Amino acid sequence: MLVSLEHYLCLSAILFTLGVFGIFLNRKNVITILMSIELMLLAVNINLVAFSSYLNDIQGQIFTIFVLTVAAAEAAIGLAILVIYYRNSGSISVEEINKLSG
Amino acid sequence: MVIDGKKRYLKTFKKRVFTDKNMVTSLFFYLFSFIITACAVMVISSRNPVHSVLFLILAFFNSGALFVILGAEFLAMMLVIVYVGAVAVLFLFVVMMLNINYSKISDGFQKYFPIGLLIGFILFVEIILMVFSGDLLVNENKNLISDIPNTHQIGTLLYTDYIFAFQLSGLILLVAMVGAIVLTLRDRTGVKKQNIIDQNNRKVSDVISIVKMDNE
Repeated sequence: MLVSLEHYLCLSAILFTLGVFGIFLNRKNVITILMSIELMLLAVNINLVAFSSYLNDIQGQIFTIFVLTVAAAEAAIGLAILVIYYRNSGSISVEEINKLSG
Repeated sequence: MVIDGKKRYLKTFKKRVFTDKNMVTSLFFYLFSFIITACAVMVISSRNPVHSVLFLILAFFNSGALFVILGAEFLAMMLVIVYVGAVAVLFLFVVMMLNINYSKISDGFQKYFPIGLLIGFILFVEIILMVFSGDLLVNENKNLISDIPNTHQIGTLLYTDYIFAFQLSGLILLVAMVGAIVLTLRDRTGVKKQNIIDQNNRKVSDVISIVKMDNE
């Protein structure tokens, strides 16, 4: 019962797929879509740290820090856009965001 | 350096295989990964966004525990501080601030279920095929993990080889902060605010005029 690299990669594959699935499933709620994106970034982080540990290389952890930074920036900007969109239109449903298409 | 690292890798590998700790480690791995997967399912399927955020926080905590198992203590603490302390709380604030009718939200659930399941399944099969189709553990880099503490090692590499990327990520955070503030700032009309520039530019001659009048 040895935990190998493949175990971690499978976990991160499951997590990433669940994130993609969540984006498809929630067509009414932008907040859940943002949370699904966070799940996908978490899967990528688990992947990087697992490779870093099993290859005995610190570089993966450095890149995880950068992914973490970008995730935080993305969450802040995304939620700010969400707040002003809700203020202007009174709804956060994805299906109603179609003003640009005319 | 490389030979030394390989020897050390073999040593740690043997240590990983031939100790009783191994059993406990794999048990904890399965526990944490099961909780993460269950939480991810709850995040995407929960009707109430507040529950989704709380399950997301639980998933982040358990990923932190997995990072500790993998030997990345600094990143585990970073994950808890940045994700749970900042991002998840931000989500929670926004979810509670917006006044949304939750009963309407999960209407289109059935409509997109089959196509989402199909695409997710294809993606999952592709990733799994990729994982099991090659030799993954090939490393030609030289930044090998040594005996000094994890945080020290990350700092040594981050402030030397990756200093440019590090500064760039600081710039990204600055732009994100300014962007979020500019986006959400609004001028309200009809609110009496203090304008310090106007106050300092006031002159006596603009406000008071002295009128001379005769005695009557």
